[in-house]
Amino acid sequence: MSSHVGFIVAAYLVAAVVLAGLVGWIVVDGRVLRRRLADLEARGVRRRSLAGGRR
Amino acid sequence: MALVDLANPTRFLSYSARLLPLTWGLAAVLMAVGLYLSFFASPPDYQQGETVRIMYIHVPSAWLSMLGYAVVAVAALGTLVWRHPLADVTAKSAAPIGAVFTFLALVTGSLWGKPMWGAYWVWDARLTSELVLLLIYLALIAVWQAVDEPGRAARAAAVLALVGAINLPIIKFSVDWWNTLHQGESIFRVGGSTIDPSMLRPLFVMMGAMTLLYASLLMMAMRNEILRRRLRTLEITVAATGEAGGAEAVRAEAGG
Repeated sequence: MSSHVGFIVAAYLVAAVVLAGLVGWIVVDGRVLRRRLADLEARGVRRRSLAGGRR
Repeated sequence: MALVDLANPTRFLSYSARLLPLTWGLAAVLMAVGLYLSFFASPPDYQQGETVRIMYIHVPSAWLSMLGYAVVAVAALGTLVWRHPLADVTAKSAAPIGAVFTFLALVTGSLWGKPMWGAYWVWDARLTSELVLLLIYLALIAVWQAVDEPGRAARAAAVLALVGAINLPIIKFSVDWWNTLHQGESIFRVGGSTIDPSMLRPLFVMMGAMTLLYASLLMMAMRNEILRRRLRTLEITVAATGEAGGAEAVRAEAGG
């Protein structure tokens, strides 16, 4: 490897960290939303289409 | 079944749930192959040496920064012209993902520029127009965050997105229209690519892997946005009528 190995490692490391952060954010966001929807449904609040039996 | 029926949010949730394992699996396999080719099965460049390996992450990031904006612009048309519910969802979900890939293109380009040009940053037309793209993405995210009502936010963001789309050809042709430090077009050009096949192979595999990663993330973000809107509707119903009354009202409406 050349003396520029630090630049190569930094480029891939930044990409890996940033993309992992993006994936993590989207996954956590989805889980929070599903939990909040499930909480509402557990309290009897449902969307019209679901409450009407269309699934 | 018409194409517009396929774009129904409920159908999208169903189809994307089936597609996601496939796109994630393919992205993982292609990424593993691409990284192997990038680091172990491609030669160093005769001028740039090993530094050329940054290209395998930089070019896909730059490609997705532009593809991501094209998705936002087409979705903006869908919002303004056809008022399609999935168009708003697509535009809102695609903006942060596009911003991340634009940021990566700028950072990896900067880390490539320092050893090659001697500078992390120059106010070159290609670099500057890519930075403008990041600022447009951030402005779109700000509009979505600033306006509470999704319909109004969608229309305001759509107008901004379509105005910002003028930047796409500027980025693409900046290296032809101006004298830039950034190299000219070397992959998709008339007369064929100027890059050796031994380097094009890992580059295309990485572009495929990153594009599948982008598609997977976009589908997941769109699913989240659909759920967020459903949650908002339910919360407004509950807030407007009181919790018990809200539930009763929804039930009664469905029964009636």
